[in-house]
Amino acid sequence: MLSKRVIACLDVRDGHLAKSVKFVNTQNIGDPVEKAHEYYLDGLDELVFYDITASSEKRNIMLDVVESVASQVFIPLSVGGGVRSVSDATDLRLAGAEKINVNSAAVKRPELIDECSSAIGNQNVVLSMDIQKVAKSNEIPSGYEIVINGGRSPMGLDALAWALEGEKRGAGELVINSIDADGTKDGYEIELTAMIAQAVRVPVIASGGAGLPEHLYEVLTKGHADAALVASMVHYGDYKVSELKGYLHDQRLKIRMSW
Amino acid sequence: MSLSNNNKASIVTLIVDYDAGNLASVKRACEQVGLEAEFCADPDHLRHAQRVIFPGVGAAGSAMASLKSRGLDQALREVINNGCPVLGICLGMQISLDYSEENDTATLGFIAGKVSRFRMDRLDLKVPHMGWNEVCVQHTHPVLQGIEAGDEFYFVHGYFPTPKDNSAVLATTDYEGHFASAIGKDSYIGTQFHPEKSGRVGLRLLNNFAQWDGQC
Repeated sequence: MLSKRVIACLDVRDGHLAKSVKFVNTQNIGDPVEKAHEYYLDGLDELVFYDITASSEKRNIMLDVVESVASQVFIPLSVGGGVRSVSDATDLRLAGAEKINVNSAAVKRPELIDECSSAIGNQNVVLSMDIQKVAKSNEIPSGYEIVINGGRSPMGLDALAWALEGEKRGAGELVINSIDADGTKDGYEIELTAMIAQAVRVPVIASGGAGLPEHLYEVLTKGHADAALVASMVHYGDYKVSELKGYLHDQRLKIRMSW
Repeated sequence: MSLSNNNKASIVTLIVDYDAGNLASVKRACEQVGLEAEFCADPDHLRHAQRVIFPGVGAAGSAMASLKSRGLDQALREVINNGCPVLGICLGMQISLDYSEENDTATLGFIAGKVSRFRMDRLDLKVPHMGWNEVCVQHTHPVLQGIEAGDEFYFVHGYFPTPKDNSAVLATTDYEGHFASAIGKDSYIGTQFHPEKSGRVGLRLLNNFAQWDGQC
């Protein structure tokens, strides 16, 4: 059977590794290429790079980062942040990214998902969704709303409806990122993850809130996620990737243990 | 250095380039194991190959159309008949059988058998089969040497191969039951998984392929 995946997310700003709490106060915490290689050697299953560079003239720095990582890390590499067109996606793919994450630009123009999936294949298009909990309403029946622009702009769009639309338009995988849980280390948003994971047929990656190995176990079981995304808990050295995987394996989850 | 060593060092592996996905990751992984590789879209160049990697992602129908329009299908058939070591990866493996349910496509027929879609009636199983899964070697083969029980490789696919002759099944993987995840015959070997994305074990397989003379 398929193993549950542990994925590390590296936010990159101007070529440096950054980490935010609730999407603000980003700090520079190291070299993304070095970190990626370190995690790869320690058994990481997949890497996600998120470009949070503010200015578009510095975007080429990201292509260099992707290229350096791709020449020394031989696991799937997913890249997102600022992908607005098929040509953005193609540039990143040529630099060595396997999968492309689309987010804000797809909310503004959903056809981007269709275009990317026909250009590079469904399996390589990941729809990343930033989601916050709100009161249930006619507009937002699930009680979870899509937010874009790095957590600043609520869109009045229901998260469950958007997940289903994204799948229909050809997204091969979904990232469920809870803004409420992001950076708190209090655990993933289980209710949100389970709601979406049970409604779609594509794999779901849970993101935001991981602080303890137990949190990964919870979201991969109760949350029905196929993969758990981690950031601060490994970036600051609180846990090693291999420790997290060892813990999940000890809990009898199917985990890749030889690398 | 002996003459034969010099000859070996001068072998360039040709990666068949037929608009079937991103080939750069295959080339990077080859370089990592010391295999000099270049892309090849020219059937005459391919005919003289001494080692070939036949990758591919996407759909069987368009892949076959693209191969045929460039005359690469015939060139591939010739190199395989000449005993040149060929490694098919993912779609490159699938279209080496006779037929694919995907786009109802007649394929190259290097190995007797067909390619079918995973059943969609089990809601707990997601299609495509995407992620890391175990590869169990069924028949020893020089390219699969050193793969141990529990070793996992990276997969992304919605269709799987079923060779007619069981001796062509070199390894199996469990997803909705067992399917053939590595197949081979003579100097041809194909994997459903992506060795170039499968970490150390994947690089090991590519390194084995780099050493392989095409004999089983």
